[in-house]
Parts: sequence; structure tokens; C-alpha cells
Amino acid sequence: MELVLRAVNLKGGYSLKSSYASASQHEIYVDAVSGVSLELLRNEIFGIAGESGCGKSTLIKMLYGYLEPPLVLKDGSIYLYTKEGKEIPITSLTKEQLKKDVFWRHVSYIPQSSMNVLNPTMRIRDHFAEMLKLHAGMNKEEAYKEAEKYVEHMGLPKDVLAAFPHQLSGGMRQRVVISLALLMKPDLILADEPTSALDVINQQAVLTMLRDSQESFKNTVVIVSHDMGVHGVITHRIAVMYAGRIMEIGRTEEIFEDPLHPYTQALIKALPRLGDKAQRRGLSGHPPDLKNPPPGCRFRPRCPSYGSQCREETPSLIEVKPGRYVECWLYST
Amino acid sequence: MSENFMLQIIDVSKVFGYGFLGRIKFPAVDHVFLNIEDKPKIFTIAGESGCGKTTLARMILGIIEPSSGTLLYRNKNLQKLSSKDKLWFLKEVQGVFQDPYDTFNPLKRVETYLFEAARNLLGLKNHEEASKYIDDTLKLMGLSLKDVKGKYPREFSGGELQRVSIARALISKPKLMVVDEPVSMIDASMRMNILNMFKDLRDNDEISFIYITHDLATAYYISDDMAIMYRGVIVETGPAERVLIERHHPYTKALIDALPEYVKRSEWLIKKTKPPGMEIKEFVIPYCKYAHLCQFKMHICTQKRPPMFDVNGVKVSCWLYQ
Amino acid sequence: MPALSFLKSIGKNFIFLYKNNFKFRLGFTLIMILFILGFAVSPFSPTSTRTWYVVPRDRPPSLEYLLGTSSMGRDVFWELCASIGKSLTIALITALIASHIGLFVGLISGIRGGILDRFLMFISDTFIIVPGFLLLIVVISIIKSWITIPLLGAIISIVSWPWPARQVRSMVLSLRERTFVYTAKLSGMRTGKVLLFEIMPYVLGWHLVNFTNTILFSIGTESGLAIFGLSILGDNTLGVMLYWALNYYALFRGIWWWITAPIITLVLIFISFYLVSIGLSEYLHRIIG
Repeated sequence: MELVLRAVNLKGGYSLKSSYASASQHEIYVDAVSGVSLELLRNEIFGIAGESGCGKSTLIKMLYGYLEPPLVLKDGSIYLYTKEGKEIPITSLTKEQLKKDVFWRHVSYIPQSSMNVLNPTMRIRDHFAEMLKLHAGMNKEEAYKEAEKYVEHMGLPKDVLAAFPHQLSGGMRQRVVISLALLMKPDLILADEPTSALDVINQQAVLTMLRDSQESFKNTVVIVSHDMGVHGVITHRIAVMYAGRIMEIGRTEEIFEDPLHPYTQALIKALPRLGDKAQRRGLSGHPPDLKNPPPGCRFRPRCPSYGSQCREETPSLIEVKPGRYVECWLYST
Repeated sequence: MSENFMLQIIDVSKVFGYGFLGRIKFPAVDHVFLNIEDKPKIFTIAGESGCGKTTLARMILGIIEPSSGTLLYRNKNLQKLSSKDKLWFLKEVQGVFQDPYDTFNPLKRVETYLFEAARNLLGLKNHEEASKYIDDTLKLMGLSLKDVKGKYPREFSGGELQRVSIARALISKPKLMVVDEPVSMIDASMRMNILNMFKDLRDNDEISFIYITHDLATAYYISDDMAIMYRGVIVETGPAERVLIERHHPYTKALIDALPEYVKRSEWLIKKTKPPGMEIKEFVIPYCKYAHLCQFKMHICTQKRPPMFDVNGVKVSCWLYQ
Repeated sequence: MPALSFLKSIGKNFIFLYKNNFKFRLGFTLIMILFILGFAVSPFSPTSTRTWYVVPRDRPPSLEYLLGTSSMGRDVFWELCASIGKSLTIALITALIASHIGLFVGLISGIRGGILDRFLMFISDTFIIVPGFLLLIVVISIIKSWITIPLLGAIISIVSWPWPARQVRSMVLSLRERTFVYTAKLSGMRTGKVLLFEIMPYVLGWHLVNFTNTILFSIGTESGLAIFGLSILGDNTLGVMLYWALNYYALFRGIWWWITAPIITLVLIFISFYLVSIGLSEYLHRIIG
């Protein structure tokens, strides 16, 4: 299968000055992404699952190339492969170069809150017009006509174009943002918790739109979400993150029906299901403090099946079956 | 012969004004009737954000006043409580809120609230006595006073802090706990532990719960009875198992169909419901509020609001069941 | 003891702010110098600052007369010190009265709401809309003959209390809806305690900022009034120094030291209090938001 993105050993995090509580001003580093390697294939929906503080949002920002301080990339490289066959080294480009050639054209980023993307003083059709002017060289008339056709094709009502962002509901705004993200037909779309702020019915509309557009454009969509249900209905493959590292990667069916890593197993076991009143158990404890991560495997303090090796050495992500990766001493020799 | 209800919500509405000078009025809670039995049960009020469930919860807790209607707790009118009754009410009915980090003042140590509750609600002024009692209550939640003493809210994880919040509510040994989205900000791996605690408190300490949530999966997991709210109106109510499995009201059906679960993978993306558009308009219509989105819309739905029809023990507010 | 720990935490915050915020440190140091000059140094004046012709007139700055002498025959340096003290006194009185009235009104208005709130805000808005300076001109013109330093401070506070009131009220309105206020109420805390222990910690820092800003406002107002001759012309304030220097055409006649001394001092006062105010605001934004 064709590769669309390769990330090699990404290490990065947040460089903070100490809070007001302590008098000294030494620097604190939050190790948010700690050695993540990833390969994304063309024509798939890839889910990144994990709970708060696992680093999934940080990872997405790195993949996009959006390194705004205090976020720093300490090591690692990212290569994007466009459908024309070009290789773009995301980590070597400057912000200006990325803005000019890469953002919206080859990679689109959809943040959690749609209002971070939409300009409250511009009507929706002007958002489309601005992008078409910048990237396709159209004038305003052409752009408006193109926007009308496009918006209809994406299943949005035409009167959305004349509205201002605040006049639309949250779900409608999110769908507008997705349309904007797909406008220039990029190779990769990164969506960070695209439906967390939405109710279930709007969520279904947004996810359906993502899935339908992925099927017709045959691009790659990465969905970051803490909601395993979202991953269960829409993704093809899932990566499970914990405390800045990837614990497991596999096809969605494999992850749900046969989770290998103890953390994944706990997550799947804790899922409530309609029609099933059986007692569920969650994990005890809480994720580690990434200013001071534990030695060895970061999941060890909460793991129900840890061994002596887990404290001494950090396991690496190993391919135990074709396409199936686990980072756990239970599965390494 | 009337059953003795623990809580009776009688024709309660809450109208908010917004816009310039607050002149545009919309009913966040619109003529709601609800009865909670006097048995240790978990009653869920479920609905999407903006449906009025949090406003209703706050009226039950006595934090805000209804615009019209009456709330009776053990036959006492919440708006006409004497000061002695007000103290009694605080002891009987307590609440837990969604955001543990905002439940406590970020500038204060968390234990101050525990000691306040012990002093004001139970009269435990002696520090040692209060400490022992608070310690025992925290132990119910898997914590101890030693773990909690001297710490500010930001020094706890979300799950821990929420457990402290629950412990604070339990100090006065309440009979009714109103918990508003208590686990939606907690990580999935810790949610179940807290929900299991609610079930234990119901079984072992005979505490009733009103569980407010938008998450129908967790609602199914712990509820005994359930009410579904939409735009300020209760559209269906009855035993949780039956409401969620039988799905009488079209909105209930739409909600459950839209719930993302791995097992529904193949059909989930095919069933599509029209999502709501501009929402405020939908609050003020005098007929069935779900009419415009409903696939079963009939003429009468746009004329009158449907009353509650009884469908073998499940009450549904829909003209389909006349 | 809650009062002791409260004072201790104020001390800790102050030390942190002083060490880490350059603006605050600079401003506070300047203010200290001004206070020392105004209150500790000025009583030791060898010559009177209120009688005329105690020293030779119009002498430029020299070793004997550090800032020269004025046309009224006074040592400008000692006159300046006394003026700093008196101006600061007026400003402190205004700030103490106005900021606390504002705090009280804002707290009550914000937490009670309803008719009381509308009534108090109506009064406060009236004072905001009516041009304060003109009102002061009218009032002081009438009582000019028997006005004293403290009374002047009190009168200026009449027009400066509404701003802190509005600001405190808006803070209370937004804090009122925070979940922890509900938690406090559910824990049996009454409105008074909620105000003191839940809301005040947030408001207190801004109260201090309001206090500092009112000092600035008061000094500026007094100087402005003095130039119109509407201050206590027989006494020494920075504004009055300016009045007399202007009236004697000091600049025209080349007696530049007499007029520049109060002007530069006024500018220094403004800068120092402003820096303290800004430094404090930055700090509050960081920890409270």
C-alpha cells in the first residue's frame, strides 16, 4: 500500500517557565511526545486513541508542522508523500514555506473548536473565496460559483454560504470547516477531536461527512479522539497512545476484538455498551506526570500484568503480526 | 391513593432572557412534570447539551428558582422553606458537578469545603471530630484526609478530584444526590470506577441519584429509571431498560441510532438523521418541538404539543401513541 | 489564625512580584523614594516652606540650594519635598475612600442583583456621566476658603468611586456563576462568607490595582485644579507649586528650576504608580486570568 506520511522517532513537548508558586525560574519540560514513529497509508481513516495527557493532540500538531512555542520539536523527522509523487520534508521547512506550499494544499488541520478556523467577520462564502483566490487563482465571481457547487456536493444547504459563522450551529460550523479543509483536495487531513464538542446527532453528521468524502477523494484522514466509539464506527486502523508513546497499532477490528496491550485491553473492557449491564472495571491510578515520567515502561504503574523488566527498560514498538504493532514486554522476546 | 414521592416536579418552567436588554425570552425548561419515587434508585435525565437538564438539576438543588411551577421535596415546597427546613434540605439533597477543577476554588485548599460542610451541615465544630468524620467519608471514595490535606485543586488528577467532590457531597449523609455529568470530564479508564461507586452507594447506603448526562451508554449502565429531555421538554420517561431498548419516541430512536459503537460499525454510517440547524427557534415553538426533524411528522404535530401517553408503563410525549 | 496566614500569603506574593517583575520593582522603588522624600525628609526642612522670603529669591541650583530658590523666597528642594508629601496625602485619602466605597458598592451590587443593583448602578452611572472635573471646579470654588488637605482628598473621591464599583461588580457577576460558588452554598456557607472567602480572593488583587489607579487619578486631578487656582494655595502641593510658578512667569523669566522640579516630579509619580499598577495587573492575569 502506498505511504502518505512517515514520521520517524518524533520527540517533542512543552517548554514552560515555572508557575508562580515557586520562586525560582528554572525551565520545566513536559515530555509530551516521546519517540513516536508512524506510517500513514493512502486511502485510509487512521484513528489515534488515548486519554487526556497522552500526547495525541501534540502529535497531530507536530505532523502538521504547527510548532508554536511553547511547543518544541526536539528530535525526529516527518516526510509527506503527495499524490504527484513529491516528497515533502515537513520538519525541515520553515513556517512560511509550510504556509505557502503545504497547509490546506497537501495537509489540512481541523482543530477541536471550529471557531478557531472561521473568521467571525467574514461570511462563509468569503472563506471559500479567500482560499480559492490564494490557491487556485480564481477571482471573486468564479470563487463564489465554485463554492456553491462544492458546498452542494458536500451535502450542505446552500444558504450556509451567506451566513456568518456565529449564525450557524456548532455542528454546521464543523461541517463547513471540514469542507474548507477538503477544498484543495489535500493528501492528508488531520482532525483533532472533531466531534467532542458536538451532540450525538451532529457528531453522526460530521463523521458521516468525513467518511463519505474520504471514500470519494481517496485521501487519508487522521482522527484524534478519546472516544473509542468514534474510532469503532469510522476508522480503518487505530493507534493507541499513552503518556507520549504509542502502545499499539492495528486494524480497528483487531483492536476491538483482540486487543493485545494491557492498556488497550483495559480501555476496551471499560466501554459501556447498550444492552449489556455486566459490571465493568476501570483502571486504578492516573496517567503519569510528564514533567517527571516513570522509568521503563510508562504504563507499568497501572499495569495489571507488569514484570521486573518493565521498570528497567522501555519496550519498543514491535510488529508482532503483519501490520500489528505492540509496545509491551509481554510480546517481545 | 397517592404514592409518597421523594421529589415532585410540578409544571416547572425556567425562562431566560437574552439579546438586547434581555428581551428575547426562551424557556430552557418548559412545563416539566416529573416524579421521583422514595426508593433508592438511580434516575437518569438524559439529553443533548442545551436541552435544559442542567437547568433542571440546578432547580432541584435549589440553586436557581423556577420561573413558574412548584418543586416539592418530601412534600415541602422548595421555594417556601423555613430556615430550619433550608438546613434540613441541604443535608438531604447534595450535588456533584461536571468540572472537578471548577467545583473547588482554584485559590483555596480543597479541604476547606469538606470542613465547611462538616461544620455547617452537621455542626461538627471541633477540628479533631470533624477530621475523623471527613477521613471516614473520604475512605468510602478510596482516599484519605492525609492524601487531601493541604492540597490545591490543580494538584489532583481529574478522577481523584471528582472523588473528593463526591465525598464532600456525602458528608451530610444525603438521601438524594444530583450528579450533573459527573464523569464526562474524566478519562474513560476511570469512569467506570466512579459509576460503580454510585451503584454501591445506592445498594449499600440507600442513596437515590439523579444522574444527568448526554451519554446514553453510561446511562444504560447504571440507571434504573430514565427521562429523555429535548429542548426543555420531557419526551419520554420510564424504566431505563425499556426506554432505551424499546425506543418509542422518534427522538429517543434517533439518539440511540446515532450512538457510535463498534458493534454497529456496518450500519452506523448508513442510518442518517437530519441534525438540528439554528437552535434557539426550536425552543419557543408551541407545538411538538421535535416536529420539524421528525421522520414521522403528522399534521397534528405542528398544531398542538402532545401530552404524555402511557405505553405499557413507559410515558411518551408523541402523537404517534395517541 | 486565618488573618495571619492571609498576611503571610500577601507577603509571599509581594516578594515574588518584586523579585520577578522588573516593572513592579522599578515602580515600587521609585514610590519608596518619593515617600521617603515626602514624609521622612521633608520635616527636617531648615527653612520654612510656607512663609515668604526666607531665602534669597530666584537663585539657580547650587550646593547651598540644591534645586535653587523660587521667586517667593523659598528653597525649591524643601518646598518640593513638602509638596510631594502633601500631594501623596491627598491622593492616599482619595484612594482609600473611593476604592473602598467602590469595592463595597461593587460587591453588594454584584452579589444581590435585582433592584438594589439597578439603583446603585444608576447612581454610579450618574457620577460617571457628569463631567467630574467640572463638578469639582464648582464644588471647590464654593468652599475654597475653608478647604483643607484631607477634605480635598475626600471631595475628589466623590467623582472617583464609580469606576472601581463597576469593575468590582462585573467581576462579582462573572464569579457568581462559577461552580465553586455553588459548592460553597451547598456546603452551607452563607452569602457573606461566600463573598469573603470565595469571591474576595479574586477581587482583592484588582482592588489593589484600582487603589493605585485612583492615586494617579487624584494627583492628576489635584494638579489640574490647582492650576486653575482651585486648590489650597497657601499650602504646598505639587499642583500649587505649579500654580505659583506659572503665576510668576517662572519659565519666561528664566527661573526654570522652579517649574521643572514639580513637573518632573509629577511625571515620576505617574510613571512609578503606573508601573506598579501594570506589574500587578500582569501578575494577576497570570495567576487568576
